[in-house]
Amino acid sequence: MLQKLFKFKGGIKPAHHKAESRGTPIAAAPLPGHLVIPLSQSAGEAAQPVVAVGDKVLKGQFIGKAEGWLSSAVHASTSGTVIAVEPRLMPHPSGLATLSVVILPDGEDRWMPLQAPDYKNMSLKSVLQYLQDAGVVGMGGAGFPSHVKMQDSAALGDLVINGAECEPYITCDDRLMRERAGEIIAGSGIIRDLLQVKRVLIGIEDNKPEAIAAMQAAVEAAGETTFSVVAVPTLYPAGGIRQLIRVLTGKEVPVDQRSTDLGIQCFNVGTALSVWRALNLGEPVVSRVVTLTGNVEQPGNWEALIGTPMNELLALARPRADTDGVIMGGPMMGIPMPACDVPVTKGSNCLIARSPTLFPPPPPEMPCIRCGACARACPQELQPFELYWWSRARQFDKAREYHLSSCIECGCCAYVCPANIPLVQYFRFSKSEIRAAAREQKMADSARARFEFKQFRAEREKAEKAEKLARAAAAQAAKLAAERDAAPEGESGAVGDAADAKQAVIAAAVERARVQRAETDSRDA
Amino acid sequence: MEILTAIVVMALGALTLGAALGYAAIRFKVEGDLITGKIEAILPQTQCGQCGFAGCKPYAEAIARDEAEINLCPPGGDEGARKLADLLGREFKPVSGGGDGEAAKPKLTAIIREAECIGCTLCIQACPVDAIVGAARQMHTVIDALCTGCELCVKPCPVECIDMAPVPETLATWKYAYPVIPIKSVERASDVSHNVAAMNDAESSHQKVA
Ligand code: SF4
Ligand code: SF4
Ligand code: SF4
Ligand code: SF4
Repeated sequence: MLQKLFKFKGGIKPAHHKAESRGTPIAAAPLPGHLVIPLSQSAGEAAQPVVAVGDKVLKGQFIGKAEGWLSSAVHASTSGTVIAVEPRLMPHPSGLATLSVVILPDGEDRWMPLQAPDYKNMSLKSVLQYLQDAGVVGMGGAGFPSHVKMQDSAALGDLVINGAECEPYITCDDRLMRERAGEIIAGSGIIRDLLQVKRVLIGIEDNKPEAIAAMQAAVEAAGETTFSVVAVPTLYPAGGIRQLIRVLTGKEVPVDQRSTDLGIQCFNVGTALSVWRALNLGEPVVSRVVTLTGNVEQPGNWEALIGTPMNELLALARPRADTDGVIMGGPMMGIPMPACDVPVTKGSNCLIARSPTLFPPPPPEMPCIRCGACARACPQELQPFELYWWSRARQFDKAREYHLSSCIECGCCAYVCPANIPLVQYFRFSKSEIRAAAREQKMADSARARFEFKQFRAEREKAEKAEKLARAAAAQAAKLAAERDAAPEGESGAVGDAADAKQAVIAAAVERARVQRAETDSRDA
Repeated sequence: MEILTAIVVMALGALTLGAALGYAAIRFKVEGDLITGKIEAILPQTQCGQCGFAGCKPYAEAIARDEAEINLCPPGGDEGARKLADLLGREFKPVSGGGDGEAAKPKLTAIIREAECIGCTLCIQACPVDAIVGAARQMHTVIDALCTGCELCVKPCPVECIDMAPVPETLATWKYAYPVIPIKSVERASDVSHNVAAMNDAESSHQKVA
C-alpha cells in the first residue's frame, strides 16, 4: 500500500552497525547460575516482594506485587529457590541498589500452570488489571507500564506500532519481526480491539527489508484490513514517538500535549508480543530478546531470562579481551552500566561490549562557537546551544523557558557538535536538578501547610482555654451576685451590686496574678 | 504661539498619563504580603528556628519589613540567600555559621530508637511540622517523608533516643552530576586541583572573589 509519508526536522545518519548482529536467528540463552530480579522494573513504584528466602518458586510465579497503578508486577523467570531478597545493584546510571529477588535455578525451568484469560469477555478494566499482574511494560527501553497507556482509550483514532528501531547496533526488534511477525500482528490486533482504534500503522525503517516483508506477509495471512506496514526512511531518531507519529501521520504533537491528545497511541513491537503472550497464553513477562554486540566475536540476538547477569549473557557472544565495560541500549541513548554483573531487565534491549578502540574517550570539550549545527540536527526543534548555555550556568528557569523538558535526549546535537560538547549530559543534569527542585518545593509546601495547621491548632486551643476561663469567671460572678441578692438588702442596689461583684472578681483575679508573678519571680531569682 | 501649544500638549499628556497611572495604582493594587509570600516560597520550610525567628513565615515577614538580614537561614544555604538577594535586589551575603557556607547542608531526618522511647510526647509537641506520631506512654515514631530535619525534637527527648541521620539516596532523589570537564595539564599538582575546583564551581568562586 502506498502511503504519503512526512518528514520531521533534523535527525542524523550515524553508521548503522546492524549487520553484525542481525544475521543469526534468536537463540535461547542457557540458564544462568543465578538470577537477580529487580523489583523496580517499571516507571512507577517498585513492586512489593511476596516471596521470602527459602521459598520454592516456579517459572512465571508472582514474586513482586505491583504497588499502585503506575507500578507493574514482577515474576520468577525460572523455577528454583529464592536465596535472597535484598538490595542489589541495578542497571541504572546511578549505581544504586534496589530490592531484588535472587533465585537459584533448579535446572528444570518448569512453568507454573498457565491459564489464558478469557479476555474477549472481560471488561477493559479487568484486562488492564490482568496486564498489570502479568508485568507487561514497554519493551522499547523506557519500561512504561502498558496497562496505563491503554486506560484512556477514548477518542483514539490511530494505533502506531513502533518497529523503527532507529538506533545503531540494536537488532532485537528486527529479528523479532522477522521471526515472530504473526504473534506481533496478533498482539497488535488485541491492542487495537482493546483501544477500539480504526487504523493500525506499523512503522519500520527501510533498512530492514526482511522485517517489512515478514510483517506484510503476517498481516495478509491474518487477513487484517486495518493494518498497514509502512517503510519509513532511515533517519535517526525515526523511532522516537513524536518523530514516528510525524512521519506516519503528518501530525505534530504539541509541546505540552501527548500523542493521545491527538488520538494516537504508540506501542513497541516487543510490547505487542508481550501483550499477545499474556492474553493468549497466560504467560507473564519473564524473558526478552537482547542484542549482544560491540566488541564481541559473535554478535547476535538471544532470548534471555529477566534477571540474567549481564556478564553471563555477554559471555555467549564471546567478548574480546580488551572489553572494558557494558553499555545498555544503543550508542546514542544507552547508559554505561555501573558493573558488569547487573541483571538484564525488561528494558534491556541491547548490550554493547565497550572497548577503548570502539568507543574512544571523548575529545576535550571546547567552547561553543554558536554554529547552530545542533539546532539543525535537533529532531525536537529545540535550540540545544541555548539549553546548554543555561544548563551550564545552572539557570534552570531559563532552560525551562527554552523547553528543556521537550528534549528526548536523543543525542543528535552532541553527535554533530564540532566543539565536542557533551550536550546531553548537561541536559540530563539540568533535568534532574529541575525535578529535584520541584520535589523539594512540593515537600516545602506541604511542610508549610502542616506548620500553619499546627499553629492554627495552638491558637484554637488557646482561644478555647480563654473562653473556658471567661465562662468560669462569669459563672463565679453570677454566683456571687446571686448570693448578694439573697442577702436581706435593699432591692434598689441590685444593679449596682452586680457591677460591684464584677469589680470584685476582677480585683481578686488581678491580685491572684500579682501573687503568682511574685512567686515565680522569686523562684527564678 | 507654537511654544504655548507645545506646552499645553505636553501638559495635557502629562495629566492624562498621570491620571492613568494613578488609576492603575488603585485598580491594580498588589496585596501587601505578596512579597512575604514570595520570600516564604524561597525559604526551605524546615521550620527549625535557626534564623532566630519562630519559623520560616516570621522570618519572611521580618525580611519583608527590612528588619532582618537575608543570610540567616542555614538550611537554605547560600543558594537560598542568593535567590533572596535576586528577589529583593539586595546584596548577596554568604550564610554565616553554616560551616564553609558553600552549599546547603545535607538533608537530615530524625530517627527515634523506638525500643528506648518512653512515650512522653515531648517530641510531638516540639515537632513544628507534625511529622511524629505516637500517644502518651506509647512508642513514638517519625514519618520520614514528612520530617524536615529541623532537629527541634532532639533536645526535648528526656531519654535521648532521637538521632539525626542523613537521608539515604534513592532512585527518586538521585541526580545526574554536573558534567565534569576533563583537564589535561602539565602544571604543578596544586595548581591543577585549584583549576578543577575553579571550573567546577566557577559561579560560586566568582562570587567569593567579588
Ligand atoms: S553544535 Fe556545538 S558548537 Fe555548534 S552551536 Fe551547537 S553547541 Fe555550539
Ligand atoms: S538531545 Fe535533546 S536537544 Fe539534543 S538533539 Fe536530541 S532532542 Fe534536541
Ligand atoms: S532557619 Fe529554619 S526556620 Fe528560619 S527560615 Fe530557615 S528553615 Fe525556616
Ligand atoms: S521525646 Fe523521646 S521519649 Fe519522649 S516520646 Fe519522643 S522519642 Fe519518646
